[in-house]
Formats: sequence, structure tokens, C-alpha cells
Amino acid sequence: MHVLETQNLTLSYGEQIILDQLNLTIPYGKITVLIGSNGCGKSTLLRSMARLLKPLSGSILLDGKMMSKLPTKEIAQKLAILPQGPVSPEGLTVLQLVKQGRYPYQKWFKQWSSKDEAIVHHALQSTGMTELSDRLVDSLSGGQRQRAWIAMTLAQDTDTILLDEPTTYLDLTHQIEVLDLLFELNEKDNRTVVMVLHDINLACRYAHYMIAVKDKAVYAQGKPEDIINSELVKGVFNLDCIVVPDPVFETPMCVPYGKGRVMNGVKKDVVHVHSR
Amino acid sequence: MRKYKSIRAFRDQISFLIDRKAFKYHVLFFFFLGLVFLLSAGMGEQSFSPWKTFNILLGNGSNFESMVVESFRMPRILISILVGIGLAVAGAIMQAILRNPLASPDVTGITGGASVAVVLFLAIFSNESNALTVSVHWMPLAAFIGATIVAICLYLLSWKNGLSPFRLVLVGIGLWALTKALTNLFMILGPIHQAAQANVWITGSVYGANWSNVQILAPITVLLLLITLIMTRHLNIQELGEDIALGVGARIERQRLGLLILCTAFIGSAVAFAGGVGFVGLMAPHIARKLVGSSFGNLLPLSAMIGAILVLLADTIGRTVFLPIEVPAGVFTAVIGAPYFIYLLYRQRNA
Repeated sequence: MHVLETQNLTLSYGEQIILDQLNLTIPYGKITVLIGSNGCGKSTLLRSMARLLKPLSGSILLDGKMMSKLPTKEIAQKLAILPQGPVSPEGLTVLQLVKQGRYPYQKWFKQWSSKDEAIVHHALQSTGMTELSDRLVDSLSGGQRQRAWIAMTLAQDTDTILLDEPTTYLDLTHQIEVLDLLFELNEKDNRTVVMVLHDINLACRYAHYMIAVKDKAVYAQGKPEDIINSELVKGVFNLDCIVVPDPVFETPMCVPYGKGRVMNGVKKDVVHVHSR
Repeated sequence: MRKYKSIRAFRDQISFLIDRKAFKYHVLFFFFLGLVFLLSAGMGEQSFSPWKTFNILLGNGSNFESMVVESFRMPRILISILVGIGLAVAGAIMQAILRNPLASPDVTGITGGASVAVVLFLAIFSNESNALTVSVHWMPLAAFIGATIVAICLYLLSWKNGLSPFRLVLVGIGLWALTKALTNLFMILGPIHQAAQANVWITGSVYGANWSNVQILAPITVLLLLITLIMTRHLNIQELGEDIALGVGARIERQRLGLLILCTAFIGSAVAFAGGVGFVGLMAPHIARKLVGSSFGNLLPLSAMIGAILVLLADTIGRTVFLPIEVPAGVFTAVIGAPYFIYLLYRQRNA
């Protein structure tokens, strides 16, 4: 069981403190989504949990052990990260890319064991990339490309996967495709998924657990249905909205006020909520 | 037919995945290199057909014929091949570290550093009558030291909480300009005949290569190639970018340093014996990438062969077409390389 925790975690870029004294526990075997406005530090938090960024102080625990003390390859066998907008080099095939997810298990003379092959094929299969495995990554559509990268992180064969905005630059169809895939990975293999998402409504639909970040701290955390309401949206995003149940899934759905065309000449009154 | 072949031994303890298409290219280019090799060995003031040359090499020629081929031409051919391999592999490594297909040891000043060192060497260790006061065998060492100093400067000046490819490129271009200026300065300060001698060397020429050169360069190149093969999967991971590499557990700072040293060693040894044969480090990996993609297991050996072919062809043309004048190999690699570089820039502009 791989549990991810932060203890008094303080993150900074140079002198500037981004997140201050954070204590968090990421629930095991669930999908957790980090939300917050641009530049609030949610990506920074995710990156630091994957040891891509050294904390200024405090620590991150993986299975109760200080991450900074663990060998980096050992971490890579337990936790995978897909950063935002990865760029593949020219002329790399999907198989060649996905194969590199096996890096933490390989030695220079042992690069393609039967286990490597089985896991890579499984990763290609679960992302629906088997047919495309000989295609060049740069020739794929945005959604396929993102699935190829996710397959690479799956090839790492970890219990925990962190993803930084996996749906950015994708159209709605492909956003759903990618999120469905992650949802299935969680359902079937019980993998812990932690990701940053911009779309709060999709986040509410897929997340078991949500963490809202604001002003260098956690503003709220819990199940979406428990924490997402118009006050939270006002507080975190400074946006006036009403929160209604999603007509399909009954999960919270945020409908912003603001301007726009009005049908039938009737616009509901704006209910101003004050941030906590 | 499947596109890949898995090779496994000792219960998977030794296991690789072979790409059939890339393998075919390797065989093809190996034969091409063999052909150029025979042509080159047969061409010159005394010309033999490739078949005749092949027989001479097998020992079925007259004393005179085998002397021409084996004593005069062979060292030069082998040095061309070894230098081509070194420059091409160094270029491929550089492109992986910097994640930029336009990166090459030329552009980052490492080749330039070797050139400065050689010009300085010629200036310092010459007496009034223009004879060297120390053995010319020390010149490779000077070139290597020069390349290393520039590589260290490159590393230190680019370092700021880690080594960013972007800063490496910027600092590299600065160093390149600096080494160029220093080379010119020392050439002007030195006596005029030395400037001419240095200039041939800087352009890049394997003129005067002999068997003792081969005895030094061959083992160095083989050793460096072996190390590179071991580093292959680190190169592959580096090319996916810093975050991905860190994420899968690569110790990228250490690997970058190791790869930079490897690159410098290749350049230093190649430049030491052939001078600054330009653009090979840029062209060879790029052509190879077009053919077999960017997985380094395929890319490195093919780059090496293409580099060898380029330098060998350039030198063969240089010493045969304009007889009795010898044109340095570097002139031809530059004649093809410079337009190629501009073409690449043009394509990047459109991308």
C-alpha cells in the first residue's frame, strides 16, 4: 500500500513562498483532484510530491518513509508522474516511448525482459494504443498522444500516478476519453490517481476526493459533494456561481454568472456570496 | 513479418529489443562504408579498381601495390573513419543533452576550444626556424585539454540550480565566438607560415595520418563507443525532457555531466588527429534520425557509420579530384554541411 503524505511542507520558487506548512494525506486507491486558480501552486504541489521540486522545508512521505531519503529509482517503481505538456523527440514510435517507462527496472544489458514486454503490452492495451504502437508519436492526434504518454507512465507499473493537467489543449471529446481512461485504471487496478484539473465540473464528476488550494494553503478538502458550493467557488476562484446537481451524474456542477445571452428574456438574479 | 525481434538470454538477464527496419539500414550502410573504403583505398595517383584493391588487401598484390595501399593510404582512411565516428557520436550525444537537433559540438565551442589549444601549441613550442621543439605527438593532448577547458567553462557558466539545456546553448554559442576570436588572435600574433599550417589544421584535414596515430585513436574510440552504448538508455530518457527523466528515476545531473565528458573525449580525440572537420557532428546524427528515428540504440551506430562515410568521402575527394593540390576534408564537409544547416534552420522556422 503506497500512501502519499506531506508534513509541514513549504514550497518556494527562489525566495517566493508558494505553499506554506502544508499537511495533507492523499487517500489510497482513490482519484484525488487538485483545484485552484492559475498560479495558486497546485501544479507546484503535485510536482513536489513527485520529487521534481525540492521543498524549502518539511517533507513528503511515501509509505511513511521520507521521500528525500529514498533512492530515486525505488520511488519511480511506486509512483509515476506525467508532467504538463510533455514533448516527444522527433521520430519516436509509440512503442519506443512506452518502453521507456520501464527505465527504473532496466539495466544496460537487461532492457527487454519478458516482464517488460508483458507490462508494456498491458499498458498499450489499457490505453487502447496497441494498434497505434508503431506510429510516430508526433503523427498522433492530441488525445492519442496523451494516451501514449499515459501508457508510458503505466509501464512504470506503479500504484500511484500523478498527472499535471492531463486534459490541457485537448478538445472536449478527448478530455472525456482521457479522464474515462484514468477512471477505469482506478476502478480496475485500484491505482491511486492524483491530478490537477482546470475544469471544476469534470473534476467533481471523476474525483473521489478534492483539494482546493488558495493563498499558499489548502482552502478546503473532502468529497466534491461535501465541499463544492457557491461559497467555495467564490472563495477559491473569486467567481459568482450557483452549484446545481449535474443532470447526468448528480455530482456538483458549477454554473457561473457573468454576462451572456439571455433566453426568453429572463435571467435569474445574481446571489452574491461573500467569501469566508 | 513482425517489426521487432526480442533477444533474450540467461533468463532475461540479458535482453534487448531489435528494430528490424533499423537493422536493415545498419547492414546497408555497413556495406556502403565498405564500398567507400575500397574506393578510397584504390584511388590516388596510382589507381586500382575496388576488386583489385580488395585483393591487394588480402595480400595478393605486388610489394609496391601493398605499400601504396597499406602504408600510405590505409592509416589515413582509418583515421578518417575513426574521426567521423567520434564527431558523429559526439554530435548525437550533444543533441540528446540539449534536446535540440541544431546542437552540435561545433556550435557549443568545444571543437573551437581544441582549435585554440592547437594554435597555442604551435605558437609556444616552435623555435625561430619554425621547427617544433617538442614531439608532435603532444598535439592531440593539447587539443583534448582545450576541448575539456571549454567543456568545463560551458558546464560552470551554465550551472544555476542545475543544468538547463537552454542555458547550455546560449553559453555555448558565446564560447564558440570566443574560441573563434582567440584562434584568430593567436594566428595573427604567431609567424605567418605557422598561421598557414594552423589554418589547414583548423579547417580539418587527415593529411599526414600514420599508423601510430591509428594505434592511439582506435582504442580510444572503441572504449568511448562501449561507454556510449552503456549510456544509451540514459540518452533516450534525457531526450524526453527533464521532468520525465526525473520522474522515471534518472539521475539527470550526474548523467548530463557524464555525457558531456564523453562528448568532450570524443571531440578532443577526433579534433586532435584531424582538426576541426566541421558539420559532421550536426549532419550525421540528423540524417540517421531521419532514417531510423530517435531511439538511440538505433541512432548511435547508424550516426557513427554515416559520420565515417562523410569524412572518408570528403578526404577521398579532397586528395584525388584536385591533384596535385590536396584540399582539406573539412572544406568538403563544410560545403555540404553549411547549406544543410541553413536548410535545417529554414525548416525549424516553418515548424
